[in-house]
Amino acid sequence: MLKRKQAEGGPIKLTTGDRAFYMVNTILLALLALIVLYPLYFIIIASFSDPDAVLGGRVILYPVDVTFEGYAKILQRTDVWRGYLNTIIYTILTVILALAVTIPGGWALSRQTIPGKKFLMVYFIIPMFFGGGLIPFYNVMSSLGLINTIWAVILPSILSVWNLFMTRTFFESSIPQGLVEAAKIDGAGEFRIFTMLVLPLSKAIIAVMALYYAIGQWNSYFNAMIFLQNENLYPLQLVLKEILIASESTMGGSGETILEQYRLANQIKYVSVIVSSAPVMMLYPFVQKYFAQGVMIGSLKG
Amino acid sequence: MDSAKTSPAPVKKKGRWLKKLRENYPFLVMIFPAVLVVFLFNYLPIYGLLIAFQDFMPGDPILGEYTRWVGFDNFTRFFNDVQFWPLMSNTFLLCIFGFIIGFPLPIIVALLLNATKSRRTAKILQTIFNGPHFISLVVMVGMLTLFFGRYGLVNNIIAAIGGERVSYFLQSSAFRPMYILSSNWQDFGWSAIIYVAALSNVDPGQHEAAILDGATRWQRVLHVDLPAIMPMVSVMLIMSIGGLMGVGYEKALLMQTDGNLGVSELIATYVYKQGLTGVPDQAYATAIGLFNSIINVVLLIIANTTSKRFSENSLW
Repeated sequence: MLKRKQAEGGPIKLTTGDRAFYMVNTILLALLALIVLYPLYFIIIASFSDPDAVLGGRVILYPVDVTFEGYAKILQRTDVWRGYLNTIIYTILTVILALAVTIPGGWALSRQTIPGKKFLMVYFIIPMFFGGGLIPFYNVMSSLGLINTIWAVILPSILSVWNLFMTRTFFESSIPQGLVEAAKIDGAGEFRIFTMLVLPLSKAIIAVMALYYAIGQWNSYFNAMIFLQNENLYPLQLVLKEILIASESTMGGSGETILEQYRLANQIKYVSVIVSSAPVMMLYPFVQKYFAQGVMIGSLKG
Repeated sequence: MDSAKTSPAPVKKKGRWLKKLRENYPFLVMIFPAVLVVFLFNYLPIYGLLIAFQDFMPGDPILGEYTRWVGFDNFTRFFNDVQFWPLMSNTFLLCIFGFIIGFPLPIIVALLLNATKSRRTAKILQTIFNGPHFISLVVMVGMLTLFFGRYGLVNNIIAAIGGERVSYFLQSSAFRPMYILSSNWQDFGWSAIIYVAALSNVDPGQHEAAILDGATRWQRVLHVDLPAIMPMVSVMLIMSIGGLMGVGYEKALLMQTDGNLGVSELIATYVYKQGLTGVPDQAYATAIGLFNSIINVVLLIIANTTSKRFSENSLW
């Protein structure tokens, strides 16, 4: 990048002030990277260190007395694996339905000739700033008969108005109008244009949307918590909530028993953090450019 | 929106309108599922807000023969609730402190990233900074308990240097710092993305001209980079002021313990508890929630109008 090199003082000799600036800049950024990475690193090494060493504060920089006991324990937790399976099912269904709603919707909204365009825009903008709130939402779900079914977790997540507008912005800026006109002259109908012409050109937005909806569903717990009573339907996050966040106030007893409870519980906590976040974290470096793309599409003013 | 130029001019005659409808009905078919979903999960609940003005029992129809309207009784009850001021200040303080740290941080990080010498380093750093955004709230709070619990890493360090162990989760004074720092840890990189993108669009010529004028890199940050992202900054400012009372209660709920409830109980968590747990008092909870959303809308309008007056940046 020649331009950047120049802008960052490439060929021109650096002054002392600039050298100090770049040094401070590097130090600050390195510090930030450390702050981000160390907690994640610690969780990883703590997950396969001896729990006593972790509790005793001997695990700081590297694993101590390596053991995979925690991982063996979590393999036996049927609730975790059931939660895992449920979450995978919910996520897949959410993504399929969400794409089916968001992509055609975004395309239609991006067309100037859609009847009632003004009305539709207002219709979709209002919910971005005002809503009924928790209780009316709960009551609607209840009267739709969705309580305690998997659809209570899936259906409310299949459309985010933000994502709809992001998709619309993408279509407005990246599908050449001339191409659409040409297809029309060739006699293609609107449905045909959408499926044969637009969809093949929209892999980027489809990927971004699929990822957004998938991560959203994978990480959510609240709707499941209020709508599901049947433990067999619990998604992973809800199971994790019970493992991870047994609050300190509920741990009774004297100092000794508290310590013992900690010993047993902590290792499984470190392991469950890893096991539940692993799919997202492993996928993340490969898909992050799509996420970032999404933020950029969203920031273009439509 | 360049497609506007190619679209047919608006026609008013009824026949043309019908023809237009016939030609463009496929778009209505495509948008219909989205309209339906928004109707069900966004508009029906707005209709359900009516119960805030009723003496409502769960299971009652929203508009029925026996509906008893009570006007603003549920609201006045909330204003006289002993919890009213604590809830207002808890919600407001958590948001305002979060805003003071969380708003400038991504801007600073973006400026720092933009001023690195190699683009590759900046890319790698960004990948690292964005990572925590994808950690779920449950795992995030779980991590907090692991690090700040009585036998967590932080207490181990404190004990090692001779201090007293503290259960941070039971201490109300630790709630806001833990909440805000962890939120920022998760999202500063993510929020920086749009600023980084805006900075990468800065005309290199401006930098070259500044260099020729003898500007140092620091001066260029202040006089070239920063002005370039100001429009973006004001839009984000409006948005965050609009969300000032709409803090993420899902996380607060996870972090609540008996010990920190004095500061961790927010309007939204109170709505949840009043409306869906114990003996639910749905009309009351709905009224509180409505009060909160009205504050948000008013704040947003004020922020937008102010911004419109003093600059050219606004949401609408």
